[in-house]
Amino acid sequence: MNYVSETILLAVGTFLALLGAAFAYDSLFAAHMWVLFFVLLVSTVVMLRKISFAPAGQTSKSSVQSEYFDEVIKYGTIATVFWGVVGFLVGVVVALQLAFPDLNIEPWFNFGRVRPLHTSAVIFAFGGNALIATSFYVVQRTCRARLFGGNLAWFVFWGYQLFIVMAATGYLLGISQSREYAEPEWYVDLWLTVVWVAYLLVFLGTILKRKEPHIYVANWFYLSFIVTIAMLHVVNNLAIPVSFLGVKSYSAFAGVQDALTQWWYGHNAVGFFLTSGFLGMMYYFVPKQVNRPVYSYRLSIIHFWALIFMYIWAGPHHLHYTALPDWAQTLGMVFSVMLWMPSWGGMINGLMTLSGAWDKIRTDPIVRMMVMAIAFYGMATFEGPMMSVKAVNSLSHYTDWTIGHVHSGALGWNGMITFGAIYYLTPKLWNRRRLYSLQLVNWHFWLATLGIVVYAAVMWVAGVQQGLMWREYDDQGFLVYSFAESVAAMFPYYVLRAVGGAMFLTGALLMAFNVTMTILGYERQETVPGAAPALQPAE
Amino acid sequence: MEAYTALRQFADSWGLLGMALFFLGVVLFTLRPGADAQAKEAAQIPLKED
Amino acid sequence: MGLLEKHQFIERNATLLLVGSLVVVSIGGIVEIAPLFYLENTIEKVEGMRPYSPLELAGRSIYIREGCYVCHSQMIRPFRDEVERYGHYSLAAESMYDHSFQWGSKRTGPDLARVGDRYSNEWHVQHLVEPRDVVPESVMPSYAFLKETPLKVTDVSMELKANRAVGVPYSDEMVASAKADLAAQADPNSDISGLLQRYPKAKIGDFDGDAQNLTEMDALVAYLQMLGTLVDFSTYDDAAGYR
Repeated sequence: MNYVSETILLAVGTFLALLGAAFAYDSLFAAHMWVLFFVLLVSTVVMLRKISFAPAGQTSKSSVQSEYFDEVIKYGTIATVFWGVVGFLVGVVVALQLAFPDLNIEPWFNFGRVRPLHTSAVIFAFGGNALIATSFYVVQRTCRARLFGGNLAWFVFWGYQLFIVMAATGYLLGISQSREYAEPEWYVDLWLTVVWVAYLLVFLGTILKRKEPHIYVANWFYLSFIVTIAMLHVVNNLAIPVSFLGVKSYSAFAGVQDALTQWWYGHNAVGFFLTSGFLGMMYYFVPKQVNRPVYSYRLSIIHFWALIFMYIWAGPHHLHYTALPDWAQTLGMVFSVMLWMPSWGGMINGLMTLSGAWDKIRTDPIVRMMVMAIAFYGMATFEGPMMSVKAVNSLSHYTDWTIGHVHSGALGWNGMITFGAIYYLTPKLWNRRRLYSLQLVNWHFWLATLGIVVYAAVMWVAGVQQGLMWREYDDQGFLVYSFAESVAAMFPYYVLRAVGGAMFLTGALLMAFNVTMTILGYERQETVPGAAPALQPAE
Repeated sequence: MEAYTALRQFADSWGLLGMALFFLGVVLFTLRPGADAQAKEAAQIPLKED
Repeated sequence: MGLLEKHQFIERNATLLLVGSLVVVSIGGIVEIAPLFYLENTIEKVEGMRPYSPLELAGRSIYIREGCYVCHSQMIRPFRDEVERYGHYSLAAESMYDHSFQWGSKRTGPDLARVGDRYSNEWHVQHLVEPRDVVPESVMPSYAFLKETPLKVTDVSMELKANRAVGVPYSDEMVASAKADLAAQADPNSDISGLLQRYPKAKIGDFDGDAQNLTEMDALVAYLQMLGTLVDFSTYDDAAGYR
């Protein structure tokens, strides 16, 4: 395969990055452009080495189009595993920094810069790669069509990795918009917009050229995720840069308006990135792994419309009792509570897909993982509406309870369903008979589950204690605790939380090993846990 | 401002009713007897060999 | 049967699905966010609010760069304990010049909405250099490097202009004197009458205890020391501002 024009474009980009570094308005932009320059330089060299300079006509050995475009999905699977391990590792580091502040290394590895690295690495690098890879896989299988746009899918993949690298290095350098989960500055945002439009084109194009009359419901969820994220990303990142060669920009909105725009984005990033997209995953991979159709297809359609209709209203529950007008807070609360219904409808639909095959929870560790994911989805979507009730929120807001809630959703639901999908995909994509080891999957399952339980329980207790300490009065009507005392009280919880996170990370490392060995073609000799014991011949 | 007033008018009045009815319509439409066969067919899509 | 064919059309038309989902998800945003740009109490101006001075703005950029918002909120809720701990609950108008807002979502450390004037400059510098020297329980990272880093703002008038482009009422005079104001605010010996006229209640002084150099520490402490000090709550009418 020759990518001559792509290579030229890369070289031009490299040169532009160098120019950006040379004429930068501020030193941070110069530093960031140097990063970009080296990344693009390495990419250009790699591409150059791949170009075959043989006469035209002799190089077209791979011109036969197979039915499905799976090469990019293989890369996506590896990227998901890689960024997952990185993101979890950074998570354990920041958890330890809160327990032992001496672990902060100023200026680049201070908590304030590393935490956005952790959140973006797990949400956008791990979760985003998982969504892109699985959506490409699912849309091809359920449409019975090859990905639309040819090499555009490669652009989506590599463009997205570039976004991740630029965002991550930016945080450490101190380049941030201070908008949670949307920290990258304006030029990185613009790049993501370009990549995202390409993603939409590939996905929608594939649906349009499908050979299957129906659009399978998983694709509905994926499509709404792509479209909504595009809208949220563009609106939330509207800003005016100080200079076109500088990092700093000022948000187009201020104060209250800015807060609501940001949390409208922030909440729907949860709703459409971490819920809708991953539900698409659930609606494909769970039926595949248990080999039964989804419990109720009609329920899944109602689930879809109800979910996207209600989620978009729930953002203000992040701003209870703030300077946001009361009516907006109440609206956010009401819709958040209503959201409980479609969420649980979806959970029931996912779980009941197993009806008649419940024994697979015992015999198949991958199914077990998926079921645990759905169970955590149910738990998190119960806890969420509860926390959006203003009375509860007055206690839980600003505390570690929120952190615990987020992680039971992110580690439990997003993490576990992704692990399940990866364990399903790896043997399929690399054409292996089975995974290297199902026992390792089993270990991963228990490490991850216990890790999440420890994490969520500890943070829940920590958050409630924190909230109660802040509002505790004595008989004389004085506040009992200083703020510093509430910080000191968190120490044991922060240590235990790091332990929970480390267990989760260990599980992910086992997965990385397992996936690598599977790709390399090894099979571990083992008795599959829970499978029927091998019968001994009668003596 | 005009755009906002118009949208708010829309959201506060018949528009709200319209959206609610649209949603109810989707639900009823999905649950109508004739949809069963189609839904069953669509649900089989992932299970066809790949 | 006609109806059935129509249904198949909906279920099988990707574009319609796309448009349908987009419409459904846009409505919530429009109805919730748009009114905030028009409602009186979210855009009212409260006596005392003014744009940030150039030095405060530079300090604010450092606050954002270091991710302080990750652990510190700037939003006091109207509860008895919060008001006693941090001061009067936050008003919408108090963040009217904040692009972007710094309300935060987590209090690993205390709220900073009214931290201005609570501690001395020396306390802030010491606390930022080695937090556990002054608050033994603190888990805050050290920011000693701010004291060693000269404040570099390529062109502070450009910062003001960018803010003006998004609606902050910086006058031409403010933009023109921005560079001088930046230096003057950290220099106790400078002529500050113009600065105080442009930015009433601005804190003037050598914030970092190092009179020779204008450092990032100067800017950050100048920003922290003005937080929540602009509105005079002895004259503010709570009932009039009720949301």
